[in-house]
Amino acid sequence: MNADLSFNALPAFVRRATWIVIALLLIAAPFLIESTLGRSWVRITDVALLFIMLALGLNIVVGFAGLLDLGYIAFFAVGAYCYALLASPQLGVHWPFLLVLPLSAAVAGLFGILLGAPTLRLRGDYLAIVTLGFGEIIRVFLNNLNRPVNITNGPQGITLIDPLQIGGFSLAHTHELAGLTIAPVHSYYFVFLACAVLSIIISLRLENSRIGRAWMAIRDDELAASAMGINTRNVKLLAFAMGATFGGLAGGLFASFQGFVSPESFHLIDSIMVLCMVVLGGMGNVAGVVLGAVLLTALPEALRYIGPLQQSWFGEILVEPSDARMLLFGLALVLMMLLRPSGIWTSRRRRNAMPAATGESRAPV
Amino acid sequence: MPQSDVLLSATGISKHFGGLAALSEVSIAIRRGEIFGLIGPNGAGKTTLFNVLTGIYAADAGELTFDGKRIDGYKPHRVAQHGIARTFQNIRLFTSMTALENVMVGRHVRTRTGVLGAVLRTRGAIAEELAIVRRAYELLDYCGLTARANDLARDLPYGDQRRLEIARALATEPKLLALDEPAAGMNATETEALKALLERIRSDGVTLLLIEHDMKLVMGLSHSVTVLDYGEKIAEGEPAEVQRNAKVIEAYLGGGLA
Repeated sequence: MNADLSFNALPAFVRRATWIVIALLLIAAPFLIESTLGRSWVRITDVALLFIMLALGLNIVVGFAGLLDLGYIAFFAVGAYCYALLASPQLGVHWPFLLVLPLSAAVAGLFGILLGAPTLRLRGDYLAIVTLGFGEIIRVFLNNLNRPVNITNGPQGITLIDPLQIGGFSLAHTHELAGLTIAPVHSYYFVFLACAVLSIIISLRLENSRIGRAWMAIRDDELAASAMGINTRNVKLLAFAMGATFGGLAGGLFASFQGFVSPESFHLIDSIMVLCMVVLGGMGNVAGVVLGAVLLTALPEALRYIGPLQQSWFGEILVEPSDARMLLFGLALVLMMLLRPSGIWTSRRRRNAMPAATGESRAPV
Repeated sequence: MPQSDVLLSATGISKHFGGLAALSEVSIAIRRGEIFGLIGPNGAGKTTLFNVLTGIYAADAGELTFDGKRIDGYKPHRVAQHGIARTFQNIRLFTSMTALENVMVGRHVRTRTGVLGAVLRTRGAIAEELAIVRRAYELLDYCGLTARANDLARDLPYGDQRRLEIARALATEPKLLALDEPAAGMNATETEALKALLERIRSDGVTLLLIEHDMKLVMGLSHSVTVLDYGEKIAEGEPAEVQRNAKVIEAYLGGGLA
């Protein structure tokens, strides 16, 4: 049975208590992490939350609607640059984030439709190639839109982007609150957490809705879906737009968090990473995708410790840490896919799609 | 509104694939409330005609009128909106979804909750979702699949998959239900149950268009039968007269006898 179902089978007060404990843990998390692992890990946690949003957005396109998108990071880039341009000295515009952030998400959504419209007839490999090209086009544009009119500042990127500011509370400054030191990484954590939780709720609600079912119907059999009265064109465009909106929101947050954006942050490898999070986590399953995003953000960072580790074990560094790190990361990906080919946390549907993977057989009686 | 006796009329439908004339000038008229049988040897163009009627192919020539409206050139989803639902010869269920969810997808065209309603869980959206679930269960029950509601479509036995396709099609509230070989691969008991189901659907007011190779079934059920061969209509009429038609016998038994 599904983990979710068995959780719902618990008495109401147990469920409520569980949620409260989870909420408290999430609130305490940045401080716990800082005191055990150091501040750099709080920053990594922030990034993980951004990747949760990205992975959930891509999950709508790839997991729900079954449209393979290899250029997804482009929407992250569009959101980031949209925020950067409207809240930095680059154009001399400093709009408030409450306006710029939704705008970044909306502009990215528009780009989602822009990508979706010409690719409606494509599926699978062909769609993957076109989206891959789209991702690169966006990056090349950002790299070159500094001449003749300087819009994006080319490869140098845009600096001095305004941090988030809520009322008079700037997230870029360190605050003291009830004896706690709240550094920017902590403040951003809470904003990102709120956005990530919102993304999770939206994803779950969409999944179990008329629209979510239409996406999955198209994923399973597009012709049958259209014969059932589903306007496949609109529903696919909607998937692209929704996915891109999540990406744009994450991008806007990223720009304000970093204070700096450049085309360097939006390479093909970043699209692939987000796709890995979706696939490894468990395509189509929201919980799995969240887990995938957290694991794949943390793992490369954790592997940075192999340098010091070698030092303490062998007294010298045998393998160049930067080489070994990506090597081990790749190995980890391969192992995960071998051990759990349909994802770490699979939805019921996918698990049954591969009975051999779990040893579970559901032969019709 | 005066209702014509004819629900669907196709006039002079032609469809070519390259040099092959899959359909040449085929005309049919399906009356309201009847079971209309479409038969013919393999490759006669039955499924092609189906695909033209349901908007999957655009006809090269001819007119389609359904319920008083021209529907030629409509995309499949608009055809479904106007009240033609279909099943497929090679079952096309949403295999990673449960039987219940498959039927719920069929309600898509008669419901309207969008992204906002779903995300905000508005009162209207919740009420509609409940109504979808309720109707889906009713239809599963109608087709004898209640026990299978939460099984994945791909895990259902063959006969159940065929009936699930019918339940899903009925969920779109069709005026015309087009069935492409619904009894294919069924054993005698399953076919008998299917026959009862189809008669019940008709008596509940849905007109049926039936492609079928099982002659006993199609002749027993249909009020009128049209025979296609090599993309042309070679006979039409009541089952008994069609069965006596020399051209039909020739088409089925081969030209050697002629």
